[in-house]
Amino acid sequence: MLDFDFFLQQLSNGLTRGSIYALIALGYTMVYGVMKLINFAHGELFTLGAYFGYALLVTRGIGASLGPPLAIGVTMIMVVGLTALAGHLLERVAYRPLRHSDRLAAVVSALGASIFLQNAIMLKWGAQYRAYGADLLPNVVFHIGGFNLPLVRVLVFVMAVAVMACLHLFIHRTRLGLAVRAAAIDQGAAKLMGIDVRRVIAVVFIIGPALGGLAGLLVGLYYGQINFNMGQLYGLKAFTAAIIGGIGNITGAMVGGMLLGLLEALGEGYVSSSWKDALTFVVLIMILVVRPTGLLPERVAEKL
Amino acid sequence: MSAAIPQDGGRAGTLALTAAGVVVFAFAPMILRAAVGGTAPYWIDVLNTVGLYTMLALSLNVILGHAGMFHMGHAAFFAVGAYTTAILNLTFGWSIISTMPAAALAAGLLAAVVAWPIIHLRGDYLLIVTIGIVEIVRIALTNDVFGLTGGPNGLVGIARPKIFGFPVVRPQHFFYFIWTMVALSVLLFHWLENSRFGRALKFIKEDTLAAENIGVNTTGHKLMAFVVGAAWAGVAGTIFASRMRTISPESFNFSESVLLFTIVILGGKGNQKGVILGSFLVMGLPELFRSFQDKRLLVFGAALVVMMIFRPEGLLPSRASRFRLPAPWKERYGGGSPPAGRPGADGGGTGGHDAAGGNLAAGVNDAGGGNLAPGGDDAGGGAA
Repeated sequence: MLDFDFFLQQLSNGLTRGSIYALIALGYTMVYGVMKLINFAHGELFTLGAYFGYALLVTRGIGASLGPPLAIGVTMIMVVGLTALAGHLLERVAYRPLRHSDRLAAVVSALGASIFLQNAIMLKWGAQYRAYGADLLPNVVFHIGGFNLPLVRVLVFVMAVAVMACLHLFIHRTRLGLAVRAAAIDQGAAKLMGIDVRRVIAVVFIIGPALGGLAGLLVGLYYGQINFNMGQLYGLKAFTAAIIGGIGNITGAMVGGMLLGLLEALGEGYVSSSWKDALTFVVLIMILVVRPTGLLPERVAEKL
Repeated sequence: MSAAIPQDGGRAGTLALTAAGVVVFAFAPMILRAAVGGTAPYWIDVLNTVGLYTMLALSLNVILGHAGMFHMGHAAFFAVGAYTTAILNLTFGWSIISTMPAAALAAGLLAAVVAWPIIHLRGDYLLIVTIGIVEIVRIALTNDVFGLTGGPNGLVGIARPKIFGFPVVRPQHFFYFIWTMVALSVLLFHWLENSRFGRALKFIKEDTLAAENIGVNTTGHKLMAFVVGAAWAGVAGTIFASRMRTISPESFNFSESVLLFTIVILGGKGNQKGVILGSFLVMGLPELFRSFQDKRLLVFGAALVVMMIFRPEGLLPSRASRFRLPAPWKERYGGGSPPAGRPGADGGGTGGHDAAGGNLAAGVNDAGGGNLAPGGDDAGGGAA
């Protein structure tokens, strides 16, 4: 088992998977930070992104007509735009009316929205797996010694990291980003400082789903096939990642996602693949026992 | 005093109505057979499913509604109960009824072990961890843990229960079995809610810090609530296993937990009537939506959103706490009108809290001040 190539294999696999988890986790953590709401429909927005990609690349066939690099670029922009729109609509319909209600009411509304979206996707695209098609990306594999690194793995990782870097700049370098951070720390105080919290919520519900949708497209490209209920498991894991990182913390979500991806890939390689999903949650519980608010918690005083 | 009469009349009326409802419901199998004929067994089965979920939701209500812990992993304890029954029955030949305490014990024990380290976690963290527990249990069952659970195919051929020698086989038999257990759950949890333990839970939910300061063992009480709720879910697991005769890990996945969670919140957490109504809606509505065919879950999801928007507190929100003056106080301050004080304490509805407050204030002010309290009672009775 001390095979270094095998280790590299699992490591690269874990990093790619982790970057996808991180992208989805960002949507959970941003929404939670500002609204204190677990957006249970986020996993379905992710699935929606995957299916928008499928509709454009395969059904509309722009993959064949434009040539791979351009087609994927165009699809990416369209998918991001469409899922952002879907996220915005979701916020308007299912969450805005509940902003001042009991938090659990919003949770159930989110669960309802999740059931609705999942079934809407199933009715539109069917319950069977859908294939993205193998010829979208050049099937290049780099051989470094005994270690095989497929090009698609690198591409997915690079795209995810690039987008996260942009988000990081947006959150830390722009006034709107500052407003998002302020609203996440204390909505009331942010309002007093003249921040339009409703706008912040709207922004968060555009960026979060956009990132989730992009993750969906990347999963389609990486694994080659998608399914209408894949959002449930991905959503659960990404949410776990957000919690591990300290929910509400944007950097924490990225770190948590990467950690979870690595852990899963290494656990799959060295422990057992059929227990891999259980391992995720065992680690989650262990981390929370030691650090009850995650690894990088928001420093917020709170009444017990 | 005179104000107490309509109050009591209203209460008696409600009781009579409830009793009538229960009696009519007891004849549901016969009524269904008369009404729909050949498809009656199907509809009785639907009622049985509703009953089973009512039992589960009532047990979850102790944790979620009374103790206020965000618990979305109830299916895990349901699964442990069902598997305990199945294994004891299939491998060791126990009768179904005798496995019931064992199922409760196993589920309660698991709850105690897993809840111990996580009980102090804040709301949403607890939520994700309990989801994690469901997933861990489901994966463990799928991977044939200890070689006892039969892996992904589950366990087949579980016996039917025998109650005092009477075999429970047909849907209508199960109807009476399940709904008797539901009635038992209602009584048990009603008693629990109004016990010293239940009052402590309510206090913890309203203000944990204050409860702790006054000397309530918050961790202990929360843990106990968790264990009691889980153990009762284990009992429901026994019934499920013997009703289905076949159980597999897929029957206890995350979605089941979500359904139970939804029932409690939608119905009105902390209110048993609300929880029962919630079970009928969440488990029954998709059946009535069958005319939408494959769109029924789509409609169901949308209906959940709409219902939460219009009733964010749940369909039947739990009543505000009321305070009943202890007898010595009443003698000293309540003057010669203890009956006037009593309806004040019993007065239901949303005005209940105010009524109790008024009662106390009136009692303290002067002996004849009982007059003030019935005014509050009227508000309470009217709202009920």
